[in-house]
Amino acid sequence: MEDTIAAVVTAAGESSVGIIRLSGADALKIASNVYHGKADLINAPSHTIHYGHVYDPKNDKIIDEALFMLMRGPRSFTGEDVVEIQCHGGILVVRNVLQLVLANGARLAEQGEYSKRAFLNGRLDLAQAESIMDIVQARSDKGIDLALNQLNGNLSDMVRVLRQDLLELVAFIQADIDYPDDDIERLSLNEMEDRVEVIKTKIEKVLLTAKKGKMIKDGLKVVIAGQPNVGKSSLMNALLGTNRAIVTNIPGTTRDFIEEYLQIGGIPVKLIDTAGIRETDNIVEKIGVDKAHEFLESADLILYVLDGSQSLQEKDKNLLDNIADKQVIFLLNKQDLGISSQLKDELNIIKKENIVLEISAMEERGITELEQKIIDLCFAGDLTISNTVTVSNARHIQILEDCLNHFQGFLNGARLGLSVDFLVIDLQNAWEKLGKIIGESVEEDLLNQIFSQFCLGK
Amino acid sequence: MATEYIADEYEVIVVGAGHAGCEAALAAARKGHKTLIVTVEMANIAFMPCNPSIGGPAKGHLVREIDALGGEMGKVIDKSYIQIRMLNTAKGPAVHSLRAQADKQRYQLEMTKTLQNQENLAVKQLLVDRLIIENNSVKGIVSQTGAVYLAKAVVLATGTYLKGKIVIGEYSEECGPNGQRSAKLLSDDLKQHGFKIERFKTGTPARVDKRTVDFSKMSQQDGDGNLFFSFMTESDNGLGDHPCWLTYTNENTHRIIQENLHRSPLYSGVIEGTGPRYCPSIEDKIVRFSDKSQHQIFIEPEGLDTQEMYVQGFSSSLPEEVQLKMIRTLPGLEKVEMMRPAYAIEYDCIDPLQLKPSLETKHVSGLFTAGQINGTSGYEEAAAQGLIAGINAALFIENKPPLVLKRYEGYIGVLIDDLVTKGTNEPYRMLTSRAEYRLLLRQDNADLRLTEKGREIGLVDDERYAAFIAKKQAIEEEIERLKHTTVSNNLQAMQEILISRETAPLKQGIPASELLKRPQITYQDLLQVGLGNEKISPEVREQVEVQIKYEGYIKMQMEQVEKIEKIENKLLTDDLDYHEISGLRLEARQKLDKIRPATVGQASRISGVSPADISVLLVYLEQQRRKGEN
Repeated sequence: MEDTIAAVVTAAGESSVGIIRLSGADALKIASNVYHGKADLINAPSHTIHYGHVYDPKNDKIIDEALFMLMRGPRSFTGEDVVEIQCHGGILVVRNVLQLVLANGARLAEQGEYSKRAFLNGRLDLAQAESIMDIVQARSDKGIDLALNQLNGNLSDMVRVLRQDLLELVAFIQADIDYPDDDIERLSLNEMEDRVEVIKTKIEKVLLTAKKGKMIKDGLKVVIAGQPNVGKSSLMNALLGTNRAIVTNIPGTTRDFIEEYLQIGGIPVKLIDTAGIRETDNIVEKIGVDKAHEFLESADLILYVLDGSQSLQEKDKNLLDNIADKQVIFLLNKQDLGISSQLKDELNIIKKENIVLEISAMEERGITELEQKIIDLCFAGDLTISNTVTVSNARHIQILEDCLNHFQGFLNGARLGLSVDFLVIDLQNAWEKLGKIIGESVEEDLLNQIFSQFCLGK
Repeated sequence: MATEYIADEYEVIVVGAGHAGCEAALAAARKGHKTLIVTVEMANIAFMPCNPSIGGPAKGHLVREIDALGGEMGKVIDKSYIQIRMLNTAKGPAVHSLRAQADKQRYQLEMTKTLQNQENLAVKQLLVDRLIIENNSVKGIVSQTGAVYLAKAVVLATGTYLKGKIVIGEYSEECGPNGQRSAKLLSDDLKQHGFKIERFKTGTPARVDKRTVDFSKMSQQDGDGNLFFSFMTESDNGLGDHPCWLTYTNENTHRIIQENLHRSPLYSGVIEGTGPRYCPSIEDKIVRFSDKSQHQIFIEPEGLDTQEMYVQGFSSSLPEEVQLKMIRTLPGLEKVEMMRPAYAIEYDCIDPLQLKPSLETKHVSGLFTAGQINGTSGYEEAAAQGLIAGINAALFIENKPPLVLKRYEGYIGVLIDDLVTKGTNEPYRMLTSRAEYRLLLRQDNADLRLTEKGREIGLVDDERYAAFIAKKQAIEEEIERLKHTTVSNNLQAMQEILISRETAPLKQGIPASELLKRPQITYQDLLQVGLGNEKISPEVREQVEVQIKYEGYIKMQMEQVEKIEKIENKLLTDDLDYHEISGLRLEARQKLDKIRPATVGQASRISGVSPADISVLLVYLEQQRRKGEN
């Protein structure tokens, strides 16, 4: 029987209900582990719905109120046992539920994996299989590239360092096993434990930031900036396709910050509308303006909105100096009022390769072009998500937590007095799993390490 | 050019009588096929051209697996060893490793006797110039003297003899190891038939005269005695336990090497072959690890009837005079006489990616290769492949599916899968770190893993099979008994043992099997307090202990195996057109087309084939299957 996979099957941040689907041999068991309610999920009949709470058994905490839908194989979409957990929509709740089922033994589903299983289990016909092939294939080229592009640069650096530390440790143990008679440096069990503790602590720190929720970056951080009343909120609304932010023509209406999650061409985007940035005496507004500067600092992409009918202002120039090293798309708004040619020239003088688009946020013109530009930048690798070391997706969090378990396994085993050839298994597993974060897992590395680290052989 | 004539006809012909060839020929003959083994020199059957030892980590595992399948190496070394040790005893049971020092001459003699007395097996001295290949099928061999021997299957086990060239400093000579005749034409013949030929390099250290060694300046290393490779060996060979000796290099040694580096053919570029990283020459070690002030050197006996001793750790291709100067800097070897100099040897081998997992070549049917010709190094690695090639040559003739061991069934499986899936760019040596299911592949349970397979193939005789069944049953019974034997907390003798080992005393009675799971407690302790079974053999006791103690870890690996088993058993047909599968990435298409894996499992291990490609492949196979149904 196949292992159990899980994924959020509703679009991120767009619906009032979020659905997490579990499929595989342990679907019922895992669901039952995180279920708090009256029903006995394991023995409940197929095709039934059960009300209850999603519950974290590890720290005895209720995560959300939810409905659990049971479908036993083969009468399910995948042909396997399936449980769908319907909880409240909203990015954090859904993510927490997903992480919970992952921590309880599920594996994050790959793109197209539900469909693939459905097909292999005879639940889909041949014609449908063609499209599955496309989905699975998409994962192998564009998808993977994108995932790697989106990978937090600092996280992958950290993972590389941790892997190298682990590899050195594994090499010590393996060389000792394969070359018992050679006079090579050998580590005592205490020294090994110390090294493992150091690596473990580093991962724990990273995970801590992820768990706080605040630091979670859901994809590309896009900040809308510009002077008051140039149409930033209108742009936000146009991108969201809704009318959530208040739109007026009085400067300074948007005092607080609006964060919204959306997807542009499949790329998860966190969109932030800043207050109009200007020098101000109004205290409330000043706090907002300071914060806006912070947002700009941490942005992956800045959409800088200008009133297309006017020329570049002194305040714009000051601000643009501050964000010179950032990836910026200039949006000349209010296309309907005519675009000042002087403004275009001025932008060209600042930087030749500036990306400049003309839009009308109010009339939602030029928005499609803008979205395409963002997608292009992302796929070309010009845009990457950068920040301090934070873990940005459920897969990475799952891997890091698995690694922690392996390190704990090593330490427990060491305390029990198990021999190194057992202990090393946990380290090798952790090393391989870390490799999955950065897309590297080549076993030949170990032999290279052994032979470069030690002088071995007859 | 000699006139060719049809000399005879066999079912299987094995070319080369080294460690691979001997196992191959014995396996084919024992399976009842009329077999011929040919060697360039009758006196050199099962010759050990390098170290006088067999076994060690992973290699010892291979020998035990060969034995369980009905091979010969384990029995022969048991008859001819002059020291035996169990290595890694302080580490877990999965890496316990047997290693023996061989009396080289006795080893050869024992193997030669076995070959020459084997029913269905002819042994001839001749040099093969070319193969007869028609319609991509092997038909026989042609000797240097024009004799044509026809065959249905041929196993090439040519070792380092294909265009062999030895190098000692500025001197070089085209010959096989130890100045033997080399096969100068056969590898070109293979090339003509479309084989990709590689050139590898290895080497062997000097041999010195025992009478000129001062052992008082070295430390002595003795064996453990009373251990055997073969599951069928019952008593010691009576040759005694003879020590090895340890000494070290020093600054003088290193200085001489540094001063003469320019005379090394490796550094001057005379040698082009790729050498193994795990078997570096002493000059390599000194250059690459220049901060190490000394390197250990073992002096090992080559046998009881010779004064020759092997200088382990001192491989070199420096000129003879430099070698002598170097060696005389070693404590205890100040006045040593060198009997043979160290040399490097280059030879032709084939790229093993051209092989199926059965060791049959992909484009010449009936042609199998084994041993160093496949890019490996080591007697044990060679013997393991020889056995499998011999078995599969016989199965080929019988029109039966080949024996392919999976990675979780044996080190032999790992070895061959690595070779035919990943290839190798240096002589391949078996290491325990190559085996991902190491806890399952212990040397102690090789018989439990493989005897049944050996029986099916027909190489395990009734006596061995009966012993295996009895052992298996005894293990199961004893584990069952321990599960149902309660250790009472009133058993004072056991409580004392627990306290003395600094582990918690019992608060209530528990099954003996549970108690045995504690790392501090052994079966011996159960015996001591009267809860053990005196009647079971030490081998059964060992199994019981390992299986109970490490149950959790073993189960974990078994679960991993179950997960991959499905794709391991999913076969890929020869006629699959990977370029037609549009979902595969280009790199995956090319790699799959080149290597043409036998199973989806093998495909998943090819570098450059991603998990997504495997998904695509599975979906494609299912599509094809359903189209076939319709």
